[in-house]
Amino acid sequence: MQFFHNHILSIILFTPLLGLVVLLFIPGEKKDAVRWWGNIAMFAGFLVSLPLVFWFNSEAPDQQFKFIERTDWIPSIGAQYFLGIDGISFLLIMLTTVLGFLSVLSSWTAIQERMKEYYAMFLLLQAGMLGVFMSLDFFLFYVFWEVMLVPMYFIIGVWGGPRKLYAAIKFFLYTLAGSVLMLLGILTLYFRYHTDTGIYTFNVLTLMQHGWPANLQFWVFWAFMVGFAIKVPMFPFHTWLPDAHVEAPTAGSVILAGVLLKMGTYGFVRFSLPLLPQASASPAIVKVMVTLSIIAIIYGALVSMMQRDMKKLIAYSSVSHLGFCTLGIFALNPHGLSGSVLQQINHGISTGALFLIVGLIYERRHTREIKELSGLSNVMPVYATLFMIVMLSSIGLPLLNGFIGEFTILQGAFEVTWHWAAWAVVGIVLGAAYMLWLYQRTMFGTCDNPKNQILKDLNLREIVTLVPLVIWAFWIGLYPKPFFHVLEKPVAAIVQRVNPSFYAAAPAVSAAIPAGTPIPAAPAEPSSGPTNPAPGVAH
Amino acid sequence: MGTTFFQRADYVAITPEVVLALFGLGILLIDFLIEEKRDKYLNAVTALIGLAMAFVQLLRFWRGTLLPMPYSGFGGTLVLDSFAIYFQSLIVVATAVVVLISAKYLEIEEAHFGEYYALLLFSAVGMMFMASGRDLIVLFIALELMALCEYVLTGFLRGDRRSNEAAMKFFLLGAFSSGLLLYGMSLLYGLSGSTNLAVIAERLADRPAGDPLSWMAMTTLLAGLFFKVAAVPFHQWTPDAYEGAPTSITAFISVAPKAASFAILLRILMAGLWPMREDWKLLTIGVAVATMTLGNLAAITQTNIKRFFGYSTISHVGYLLLGLIAAADGNPEGLTAIAIYLLVYTFMNLGAFAVIIMMRRQNLIGDEIDDLSGLMTRAPGLAILMLIFLLSLAGIPPTAGFIGKYFIFLSLIQTQHYVLAVVAVLYAVVALYYYFRIVVAMFMKNPLDSVPLATSTGLSVALGVTLTLTLVVGVYPQPFILFAREAVRPFFSF
Repeated sequence: MQFFHNHILSIILFTPLLGLVVLLFIPGEKKDAVRWWGNIAMFAGFLVSLPLVFWFNSEAPDQQFKFIERTDWIPSIGAQYFLGIDGISFLLIMLTTVLGFLSVLSSWTAIQERMKEYYAMFLLLQAGMLGVFMSLDFFLFYVFWEVMLVPMYFIIGVWGGPRKLYAAIKFFLYTLAGSVLMLLGILTLYFRYHTDTGIYTFNVLTLMQHGWPANLQFWVFWAFMVGFAIKVPMFPFHTWLPDAHVEAPTAGSVILAGVLLKMGTYGFVRFSLPLLPQASASPAIVKVMVTLSIIAIIYGALVSMMQRDMKKLIAYSSVSHLGFCTLGIFALNPHGLSGSVLQQINHGISTGALFLIVGLIYERRHTREIKELSGLSNVMPVYATLFMIVMLSSIGLPLLNGFIGEFTILQGAFEVTWHWAAWAVVGIVLGAAYMLWLYQRTMFGTCDNPKNQILKDLNLREIVTLVPLVIWAFWIGLYPKPFFHVLEKPVAAIVQRVNPSFYAAAPAVSAAIPAGTPIPAAPAEPSSGPTNPAPGVAH
Repeated sequence: MGTTFFQRADYVAITPEVVLALFGLGILLIDFLIEEKRDKYLNAVTALIGLAMAFVQLLRFWRGTLLPMPYSGFGGTLVLDSFAIYFQSLIVVATAVVVLISAKYLEIEEAHFGEYYALLLFSAVGMMFMASGRDLIVLFIALELMALCEYVLTGFLRGDRRSNEAAMKFFLLGAFSSGLLLYGMSLLYGLSGSTNLAVIAERLADRPAGDPLSWMAMTTLLAGLFFKVAAVPFHQWTPDAYEGAPTSITAFISVAPKAASFAILLRILMAGLWPMREDWKLLTIGVAVATMTLGNLAAITQTNIKRFFGYSTISHVGYLLLGLIAAADGNPEGLTAIAIYLLVYTFMNLGAFAVIIMMRRQNLIGDEIDDLSGLMTRAPGLAILMLIFLLSLAGIPPTAGFIGKYFIFLSLIQTQHYVLAVVAVLYAVVALYYYFRIVVAMFMKNPLDSVPLATSTGLSVALGVTLTLTLVVGVYPQPFILFAREAVRPFFSF
């Protein structure tokens, strides 16, 4: 048990890989065995991550990063096997393990060809994504960041739709182009740190303690920005996303939207902001980032409205929702940041569920054209009900998760200037419009197409893939406090670093921590201090 | 130089080369005694024994138990330092892998003659002297020994017109480049009065800055050397020679002579022409960018897999030259990058060729990219191996190729060549695109034929060795980084 506790992150990380190794020994012809094992391995991956939920708050409360594991890996270049999580990565890891299992479960009947490879790719992908959220060593981080492109490429390219090859390679090339520029940014920091201190290290926490010259921060910020913005994707870099989403198989879209996109926003929160605080807070950069975010919010929503294909509609809605996340990040205050992280989780839940829902209808009707579907609520009541909850959560109805996230982000944006909030609200209104319109066109009306009249409602397995997400959506919507509680400290640490003037208003803290100091190992206040009143209280 | 010219230890220092030469001669003799065609593989076994003995000897040199390191022999014309041993070991291992992948292929081509292995060994001898020579004469003779063996091996399929044509092109252009090289060497000799690189460096340092004569010597010398490493604009022979040569020889000339030519390039530039580093750096920048550009862009449209790998090699040479640029700024990491890049490149490229060579079956040439179609359904294991080699060639972690590229990028950042670094990383994206054309064929297309693949024990061993190294260097590069750093130490002791 002690071993399990001390190495929990490695165990979470390697469970999918272990599952992959076992899977390789199962002959591909035994389809049932392969399918069962793929699901079992993914479920085991979720189970081993579950103890984190119970241990997280009590574990090392005064440390910023918990469950740290650290071993030398390549001493000659200073790379380490260095894992550790804070509240932000904790939530994203849980999202990954939950969505990973649900998406694989949703492929039970949808995938009939080359099943063994399919499950192998998902297990590999899972390990790569978890590694990204756990790594505190840049070299290790980069390895996971790249590794995960390969299985995603195959998932789109082998099991995707008609234009799968184009979409797969476009996804790979776009993301790779961003990643390699990010690599140059990492190497610049790595080298500069050596010039200043004589030590070669990729340790993110050590690099964060260093005072970087403003000019260097500026350039490295853009290098990182390209890498992360392509992944998010932010406005001018988003063109790979509709292709990849539309062509990917359902489970691929779920993971792509639910987890992969979060790596970009996570990158901003974890690396750009605390490592390059002056650049991130400089008015020019904030202006660019916020403008791009607002363009993404409105443009994504407008384009969604015009789509005839359900999946493409949801894909563009992701651009809009992720625009909220980046807006929250560059509000650079606790509300904006914690709202942004929570909204990332929300987006994973809602959009993940929406893609599952589209996948369910696609499996039955082999079309996603909105005009082909109408009045489905008559023949598939359970489906329509679940769709409605998920749709409402996506447009941000109170009592559901989306509201909490969007509200907190808007609050954060408003605290900076009301203009930002005003623009972003336009996106919410448009969001409600296209989602409600989609729902109205597909679910309501008369079901006069004979092909639709014979559709079967959801079976138990299909309900099981959706219900956990619905429960989670209600949980965040009704009682978000635990989530904000987990986010409070890491967010405070980041704001402390990137926007010290924010706390200057609160005298108790500014006295304890002089402005501009590197991140303290532990923020001065214990978890529920006055620094950062839990935003959830607002509702 | 030197009053006592030949010492006992001098002969010890060249034992690996002597062993290989003797085994090469031995194969020519044994070949007469082998009458049955199916016993021709004994030649391959003999060659492997010779290579293994040479390798063991090199290991003993590396540990420094036989000779004090670095050892300078034959009146200073030869130096056995960590740099030489590193490259010699690489050449020996690469040659051994080529021997392993050759036997079956030659049998199918009905060209399983003993002289093939003998020529391989002789060319390895030439390459090893290229790594250890420190005198223009020694270096030139070594280079010609390697090149002549290569020309013959390229035209080894006597009945095949493509093979003959390739050999002829390769020979004509190679002879031309040797002429250029010799011209540069003679100018250097005229300038310095010596063929010894150390003396040349001293004399060059005394020449006035911007001296046209030394500049002339440097450019002609560089042109000859760039020809050997297949850098643009001296690359034209590469795709033709690669396409026409027997596939096993394509594999061979894409790795071992590259390593040896880089060894000689580094030795001449870092030891002999070091005083002129600003000049050759400038030239190298232009050549490197042109090489990456042409190699990467031309590879996109190839349909023949051997030509494809010809252009892919050119693009890798572009990356290797970037390391040289960093080294010119006095950055040791630039040379480490070249050393480690050559190591990983050797194994990933040989691995890829080992897969390609299996496509050559009776009545099926198997050198089009389409011949790999549907490999995943026919031979999943092989397809996954090829995928790993291709990922490594594209530089995706955690494969060895990433470690090579990592050091190249790092050395560029360290010497503040930011623009070059950005160009280099973006071409890595282009590279991924064309390498993945093969992946698409293997994983997403249906097989075109059902002729069983040409497998053999030798090929399996070769695949095992190359795969292991590609993965181990990628996941745990620590020891290899230390080897590479040790290898380039001789150049940064001054």
